[in-house]
Amino acid sequence: MQIEIILNGKKVAMNVKNDEYLADTLRAHGVSSVRKGCDTTCCGLCTIWIEEKPVLSCAALSIRANGKSITTMEGLYNEAEEFAQVLVAEGSEQCGFCSPGFIMTVLAMKRELNNPTEEDIVHYLTGNLCRCTGYMGQLRAIKKYLGVMQHEPCR
Amino acid sequence: MSLVGKSIPKIDGMAIATGKPVYTEDMAPPNALVVKLLRSPHAFARIKSIDTSKAESIENVECIFTHKDVPKCRFTLAGQSYPEPSPYDRLILDEIVRYAGDEVAIIAAADEETAEKAMKLIKVDYEVFEPVLDFEKAIDHPSIIHQETDLHCNFDIGMQQERNIVSCQKVEVGNVEEELKKCHTVVEETCYIQAQAHAMMETYRAFSYLDHTGRLVVVSSTQIPFHVRRQLSRALNIPASKIRVIKPRIGGGFGGKQTGAVEIFTALVTQTTGKPAKIIYDRKETFSVTNSRHAMRLKVRLGADKEGYIRAMDIQGLSDTGAYGEHASTTFMVVGQKTLPLYNKTRAVRFMGNVVYTNKMPAGAFRGYGATQGTFALETAVNKLAERLNMDPTEVRLKNLIKEGETSLVSGGIKLGSSTLHKCIARGRELIGWNDKYPRREVGDNKVRALGMAVTMQGSGIANIDTASAEIRLNDDGNFTLLIGSTDMGTGSDTILSQMAAEVLETSVEKIIVHAADTDISPYDPGSYASSTTYVTGMAVVKAAEDLKKQIIESGARILEVSADEVELDGQKITTINEGKTISIEKIAELQVLGFGGNRQLVGNATHGSSISPPPFIAGFAEVEVDKETGKVKLIDYVAVVDCGTVINPNLATIQAEGGLVQGIGLAMYEDVRYDKVGRMTTNSFMQYKIPTRKDIGNIRVTFEESFEPSGPFGAKSIGEVVINTPAPAIIEAVYNAVGVRLTDLPITPEKVFLAMQQI
Ligand code: FES
Ligand code: FES
Repeated sequence: MQIEIILNGKKVAMNVKNDEYLADTLRAHGVSSVRKGCDTTCCGLCTIWIEEKPVLSCAALSIRANGKSITTMEGLYNEAEEFAQVLVAEGSEQCGFCSPGFIMTVLAMKRELNNPTEEDIVHYLTGNLCRCTGYMGQLRAIKKYLGVMQHEPCR
Repeated sequence: MSLVGKSIPKIDGMAIATGKPVYTEDMAPPNALVVKLLRSPHAFARIKSIDTSKAESIENVECIFTHKDVPKCRFTLAGQSYPEPSPYDRLILDEIVRYAGDEVAIIAAADEETAEKAMKLIKVDYEVFEPVLDFEKAIDHPSIIHQETDLHCNFDIGMQQERNIVSCQKVEVGNVEEELKKCHTVVEETCYIQAQAHAMMETYRAFSYLDHTGRLVVVSSTQIPFHVRRQLSRALNIPASKIRVIKPRIGGGFGGKQTGAVEIFTALVTQTTGKPAKIIYDRKETFSVTNSRHAMRLKVRLGADKEGYIRAMDIQGLSDTGAYGEHASTTFMVVGQKTLPLYNKTRAVRFMGNVVYTNKMPAGAFRGYGATQGTFALETAVNKLAERLNMDPTEVRLKNLIKEGETSLVSGGIKLGSSTLHKCIARGRELIGWNDKYPRREVGDNKVRALGMAVTMQGSGIANIDTASAEIRLNDDGNFTLLIGSTDMGTGSDTILSQMAAEVLETSVEKIIVHAADTDISPYDPGSYASSTTYVTGMAVVKAAEDLKKQIIESGARILEVSADEVELDGQKITTINEGKTISIEKIAELQVLGFGGNRQLVGNATHGSSISPPPFIAGFAEVEVDKETGKVKLIDYVAVVDCGTVINPNLATIQAEGGLVQGIGLAMYEDVRYDKVGRMTTNSFMQYKIPTRKDIGNIRVTFEESFEPSGPFGAKSIGEVVINTPAPAIIEAVYNAVGVRLTDLPITPEKVFLAMQQI
């Protein structure tokens, strides 16, 4: 069926199957930041925003997105780049495969939570798996980015 | 040094962090055929008949292959230098299927839906055999997993096919039984280390096409492009000169992608049809039909004298390699290699045992590669020994561990070149608060907190086998191109290698273009595994850069009409010492590429291998909290003090360490590859196979005690693997100190802790 979504601010019409999920639809549409890491909605790699809210695109039926506004990293580029710079300066992206989903969740958290504590951050991001970094560096980067006070990492 | 030791951001960092199309799937041609595999539902069976006619008749099905259609030349998928120690025990498709998930047919279709539809229409009739599922019952089991007569070993690894033994090994120096008899205290511990899944976020994937000259090009998420080229050449029976393998950015490997899991299938399709083809494993396939860590049983006996010197060490093991023998003999050998030298006051040491075939997913290379298993068993036994001797576990180690400049019974007279392990222990004690917190404290609410520790060593590359080449050119514009064959899988090796080249040439990383991991262009490198890239490829890069530097100086001197020892290079220009005449590197580059005076473009070259594999070391300290009512273990704090030689890039080394520690924590507490009664994997998704989330890890602190390794680039050793080894033994010991149960089969789930607590 034909749907029309607002993808990163632009109206786009696409043909989708009834049982197709947004992760596949968007990738087929050339959106490279959307990635899949699992078949069981466990990894968070595919996180995008629907109507400004973070959503697992591997579990969101494309037909249900009809008429909605969809944001991927490509649409938040400046902001994503700003955070990515902090992440990269910290050396906290390793393979980078989890980064887009992770960053989309961080940016959603920034909008949603005011002055989050370390616990709030960890809780908000629990659904975003990363197999490379061990998470600590990501946390350091988030705290730097949000300007939260932190104790010196042990060096 | 101006660049070595600096936390330079990764050169590809922004592209990979911001979702740019730089990974395998992003680059696959849109018209590529989709390749899918029909798999055996049985753990052990023979294909009596297979009918693909219905499936083939579907529109848009391009081709279907069964065991009747593929070359009959056995090979191994292990990524190892030739001649591989892994047995050639595989065919692309075989009449016998040896584990649930083994490939039965290859289907290529225009799209995924069609391929899947076709798959369902293939009719297979199996003769089902009794599978071998328990590795402790594999030897002399009535079912023989590999009966084929054309199985080939490149050299003797102790294969006894009729007994399901892939490799039988024994190393003994001195007489262990005699020495044990003389010992004042002897402890014994039998440890079980489970199979662990790599669970890299980017699943296995590759695509292939024919280039403008008809050559086969394979783009793959692999750690081993050169080995893949050799595998494809053998398995498909085409000359290696007709194959090109390229590794783009890859989403994690951890050793899993040191086995060529998927390339062969698309390559066969492209080679046969001439059309581009791609394969993308889903998470279930990544879990259940690729490879994992070798599960092992290791029995350790340690004997010490009255003063607490360890005099005898005996490790007897059994390793489960699953259905095929990738990395079977070598991971097992490494168990002994990375444990026997550690405590060097011994008078006799022994390591022996067998690696067996079973009807389960093949094991393969996984970060740590046997050292992880060996460390768990040895360090658990050392902790037990310390207790029996009534000594502090850190004291036993300080007393017995090998030091810089010393040898061990198995080191063949070669002295240890660098180690700060004793300092690592001291620093770790301080950071974790050993004096105040060891061994345990009640914290109320039925909870108790306790500490545990362990040490470990790994290697840096494979001595006398790993050899890397590097090439660096001075380009026409005065920039440099560094060509390497190592495979950055997110670790940042492309960045640190350019840091090293820039350091030698006294230039900046920005002036160095790095091109890596393309068998048509890169100089030979076995790939990134065995903790080799910093140490082996790094040294090749340093030598190549020095070679180029010398040529630049000579060229500059010649142009300035003085001798080479009368000029200086400052990274930008050559200056004569006496008269202060200068010529810029740009100018030299320009004149050289123009053939000035019959000259040529300047290119530095080097090939490097090492006769030793210097060990990096870690002292790891865990603080846990155990709920005495439920057995639930919470990791509160983990301190790792690392000696990896010179730290080339502190940020990247820290992330390597933190990431490896968390995988080690997963091994200790959560991760376990399990099968049902008929041999089907039950842990084939992130629902059943739990990797640590950010809530599961507590605080992790990494710090470095640098040493200087004389044989390494700028004094560096390695860091990639050693980091995964200490959490399991340290956490197990902390739990013992908390509640008095020493669990020796990983992972330590709350149920196991709880049940064990009921028995004391
Ligand atoms: S792909 Fe894993 S949660 Fe969507
Ligand atoms: S950086 Fe590789 S999965 Fe997170």
